Amino acid sequence: MKLIINGKTTEYQDNLTVQQLLQKLKLSPDQVVVELNRQILSPNIHVKTELKSEDTIELVQFVGGG
Amino acid sequence: MDQLIIAGRIFNSRLLVGTGKFSSNQAMVAAMEHSGSEIVTVALRRVDIDNPDDSLLSHIDPERYLLLPNTSGARDAEEAVRLARLARAAGCEPWVKLEVTPDPYYLLPDPIETLKAAEILVKEGFVVLPYMPADPVLARHLEEAGTATVMPLGAPIGTNRGVRTRDLIAIIIEQANVPVIVDAGLGAPSHSAEAMEMGADAVLVNTALADTADPAMMAQAFRKGVEAGREAYLAGLGAQRQQAEASSPLTGFLRNN
Repeated sequence: MKLIINGKTTEYQDNLTVQQLLQKLKLSPDQVVVELNRQILSPNIHVKTELKSEDTIELVQFVGGG
Repeated sequence: MDQLIIAGRIFNSRLLVGTGKFSSNQAMVAAMEHSGSEIVTVALRRVDIDNPDDSLLSHIDPERYLLLPNTSGARDAEEAVRLARLARAAGCEPWVKLEVTPDPYYLLPDPIETLKAAEILVKEGFVVLPYMPADPVLARHLEEAGTATVMPLGAPIGTNRGVRTRDLIAIIIEQANVPVIVDAGLGAPSHSAEAMEMGADAVLVNTALADTADPAMMAQAFRKGVEAGREAYLAGLGAQRQQAEASSPLTGFLRNN
């Protein structure tokens, strides 16, 4: 399955839910906001949201800024 | 100091601080503490998947500071709205420092796209604090669109050049019915005092604190600058005149003529 995560294309062997993807990337759901194909995902649906090939995912977090 | 009220919320500090460009999280936290600030800005960026940072939020006490996400990096209204929505989804209160800066050299805010984004975000229930050119007409339009403040720039972001837009900011202050926060370009405590003496309701600084050997001490200096300026404004500055006016009595000199 081909996923485009933060602009970078990555190949995954297995089917994944959003929750499983975050686990694979060692990211805590409290720390990042997930946007899937331009739709913001609330954390409570990470577990049931299955990813498909060609999905575009943005993972964002707060950083220092003025 | 007298209280600052933004969108019905009360603050005891009139200094907002940014969290960017500090040499370490420790230096950032020390500056925040010494500034006395109750509102701190943050930005939203892509996670570096290969090398995730520790969470900035773990360093910022949510009981003590209102987190004000900015939309920095947005080049148009659409990008700004997207960033604001993402920030809200991250669990922040729906406050946003709206920032639309298509020009990478001077980072000047785009007035048309800023107004467009403000209209959308206000309708979506955001408390919008827009970074804007020091344009009194635009300030009115933003206020009419329902923004909680207006935030005219003193000088371009990160330039430390002070209140270069002074005459225009004076008009904005005279006309505004929402708090006026001078944002960007303030490089010295005297700049913040100047803005506050003019009647600005608050100032926002970041680079001036981050880009110094001792951010905590500089933050404390800005805190005093803001307080001094505010008190001078409330007390009322004396009139300026061309000729001297003696402070000491003009009678009783030790001479006869």
